Amino acid sequence: MRFGGLTAVRSVDFTVNSGEIVGLIGPNGAGKTTFFNCLTGLYIPTEGTVSYKGTVLPPKPHLVTKAGIARTFQNIRLFANMTVLENVLVGRHTRTKEGLWSALLRGPGFKKAEKASEDRAMELLEFIGLAHKRDHLARNLPYGEQRKLEIARALASEPGLLLLDEPTAGMNPQETRATEELVFAIRDMGIAVLVIEHDMRFIFNLCDRVAVLVQGEKLVEGTSEVVQADERVIAAYLGEPFEGDPGQAEAAEVAAAESTPGTTKGDAQ
Amino acid sequence: MTETTKTPATPPADAVPTRPAHGLVPLPEAAARALLLGGGIATAASTFLAWTWTSEFPGDLTVTGYPGGLQVLSLIAGILTAVFALASYGIRGLGWLLPARNNAPLVLVALGGFGVTWFTAIEIAAKLGGLANWETGTWIAIIASLLPLLGALALPPDNAGTKDFFKSYLPKPDRIPAPQPISPWMQRAVITVVSIIGLAVFTYGIDTEYGELFIGFLIVVVFTIWAMHTAGLLDRFSAMVAANRSFTLAMGFLAAIAFPFTQTDDHYANIGVNILIFGTVALGLNIVVGLAGLLDLGYVAFLGVGAYTAALVSGSEFSKFSGVQFPFWAAALTGAAASLIFGVLIGAPTLRLRGDYLAIVTLGFGEIFRIAVNNMDGESGPDLTNGPNGIPSIPDLNLLGFNFGEAHDLGGFTLGRFANYYLLMVLIMAIVVTVYTRAADSRIGRSWIAIREDETAATAMGINGFRVKLIAFALGASLAGLAGTVSAHVTYSVVPNPYQFAGSTPPNSAFLLAAVVLGGMGTVAGPILGAALLYLLPEKLDFLQDKSLLAFGIALILLMRFRPEGIIANRRRQLEFHETGQLDVPDTETLTDEPAITKAGA
Repeated sequence: MRFGGLTAVRSVDFTVNSGEIVGLIGPNGAGKTTFFNCLTGLYIPTEGTVSYKGTVLPPKPHLVTKAGIARTFQNIRLFANMTVLENVLVGRHTRTKEGLWSALLRGPGFKKAEKASEDRAMELLEFIGLAHKRDHLARNLPYGEQRKLEIARALASEPGLLLLDEPTAGMNPQETRATEELVFAIRDMGIAVLVIEHDMRFIFNLCDRVAVLVQGEKLVEGTSEVVQADERVIAAYLGEPFEGDPGQAEAAEVAAAESTPGTTKGDAQ
Repeated sequence: MTETTKTPATPPADAVPTRPAHGLVPLPEAAARALLLGGGIATAASTFLAWTWTSEFPGDLTVTGYPGGLQVLSLIAGILTAVFALASYGIRGLGWLLPARNNAPLVLVALGGFGVTWFTAIEIAAKLGGLANWETGTWIAIIASLLPLLGALALPPDNAGTKDFFKSYLPKPDRIPAPQPISPWMQRAVITVVSIIGLAVFTYGIDTEYGELFIGFLIVVVFTIWAMHTAGLLDRFSAMVAANRSFTLAMGFLAAIAFPFTQTDDHYANIGVNILIFGTVALGLNIVVGLAGLLDLGYVAFLGVGAYTAALVSGSEFSKFSGVQFPFWAAALTGAAASLIFGVLIGAPTLRLRGDYLAIVTLGFGEIFRIAVNNMDGESGPDLTNGPNGIPSIPDLNLLGFNFGEAHDLGGFTLGRFANYYLLMVLIMAIVVTVYTRAADSRIGRSWIAIREDETAATAMGINGFRVKLIAFALGASLAGLAGTVSAHVTYSVVPNPYQFAGSTPPNSAFLLAAVVLGGMGTVAGPILGAALLYLLPEKLDFLQDKSLLAFGIALILLMRFRPEGIIANRRRQLEFHETGQLDVPDTETLTDEPAITKAGA
């Protein structure tokens, strides 16, 4: 993926198997979210393809969701002025078919489909524990519940692969643990999960496999032990140690400059 | 709201916010209430006196013995003031008028009576030249109408914490006590009574014969409704409406159908039918703007397409296809279909744009329609629309042997030409309202709202944004086209000029958008009310004339400042614009950073 002259993500070859939880980590600006946007069709990749269950996906967000890949966003993007239930119902969009005509004519099929959608949405709200807030506006939910609701909305599209973009950002340790449980529960429903996260404990507890993205390129991929042991990963996060000590002459120069600030000032005047 | 209730808690001395003994006017409370009651009765009584000596002032206020013209409005306002004053005494049976026992409604009804009486007196003096034209009755009236205002301002303000007059005297109470549960039949009875009163008020407004009467009417109506709003009556009523939606809709349509039967002069039915056409198109625009959030500044073009299509197939001798005369149902479908095609043609390339870009492009396409129609006269372009001359002498509709051009007698009532068209438009309005409510409450309606809220997230949820927006655009266009087919017959002729972006008379795109915004986006009643107001104001107030656009501009700015959700608020919008007073806001969220401030203050 290139933006003008900037290559944001370069030849990342990456596979998620069904029923797996895979983590994607990397320093800020590594291209994780760009990679997500390429997967979900929000960006059209300049090169390469995304395939799901053997078929190549067109770079159109709604077709990607229809194929079975749903996502959440790094900065929560709920439909703020819709109720909790309506948010989840919008997630059902690809799994229902009722168009304008059936809405206008209100036949028995329409009522049945609406009822089924609502039942399914309520199941999901029960699952994430927001059923009692079904009629609240999404904007009025506390932060943690908004994150949960976004996950429920994504689950409503019955995905086979769920992409979570920093699901625990801004959460306290208890909430993070609850999210961990939630992700495991989602995996147990038979949905593969790909998760971007900065919380290393969260990632290494959760993921079967972790990939590290640095400056748009995949550095390592493997189990948490492999990734944690890799020196390049540590270097990417913490920087590289100096090659050798700073030169004697340079150190003296710095010391001299610091001890006589007055002279430099005087020269300037 | 949280702030005002919390800040007094900081200094221990003011721990309990004390209610002052009196308001602006230093009078004890008992005297204030007596003034309200007495002044209201006196105002009502004074309208039975002569207010001037000559019948030159419109409405003939010279008669002693019964009120006429503007005096009737003063009478009504005086009675309302007295009734509210009685309710504030806690008289049994009137308690429902003031559920929250607050004083703001009293101030407002008193202001209404004061406003209309003083307006009349000043108009008499200005119109006839001097105070000499006031009779004793006028003097009594202006003093009598001042008394309730003094009384109301002497009552302690509801919200004494602030210096701001509006916030201290006219607040809406935070919490209105829940009404006693009443049976569904009683609720329906209330809705029926309100529909009848609504019809009476609306009919009175349309039938006002001169500008002064219309202004007086507006003063009384605005202050009374405002008073009911602060009293919490409107909230209670909308709860009732929400519980009986279809019944309310049915009553609304019955009231609309009843309107022409109250009229003796077909002229007012003409106003009625024009308001309905305008309102129908505004409701169609509401799908595009209010639900899908697509700002369309060229919407009136679709009305034009419908009108021109109907005119071409109407059998008019000036039409290009003068031999062709479709029956109405076919003409209506053709008009709607032509608008639909036009909508898709315009929408397909433009709907890929978002926000301001879309607005500019639709503005351009709207003007292209008018200019193209202007030029299709056979000289500058293909011969289709007769250019600026338009297509005149469109014959009246004839539906199943019912000639719309003739007056018909129906059970003792005479329905003139415009009344016939009015009833046809009520039918079309009913179709449009059904389409609107059903579409809004469905999978497609939810996806429109989702697109409006966040297009990126909506597409990521599997909504085909382009397709869904195109459906909204096409549906809105075809509804406008449907209204256009009737409007062509009502006005006898179609010419390009009305279908412009902005003009001093409706319908044009700017007025349509203003009707939607003013009335309340995303509601059914809002755009219709907005359309009625925007049509009646320039129609009734001749002195506005070419300044009406300026006046509406100012009115819209004021509205955006004080009530951005429009006159009739959609629940969603109301919550969007006013953070406070939301029942489902979790307490923790509004209070999070407050304790720190409290500590620092103490």
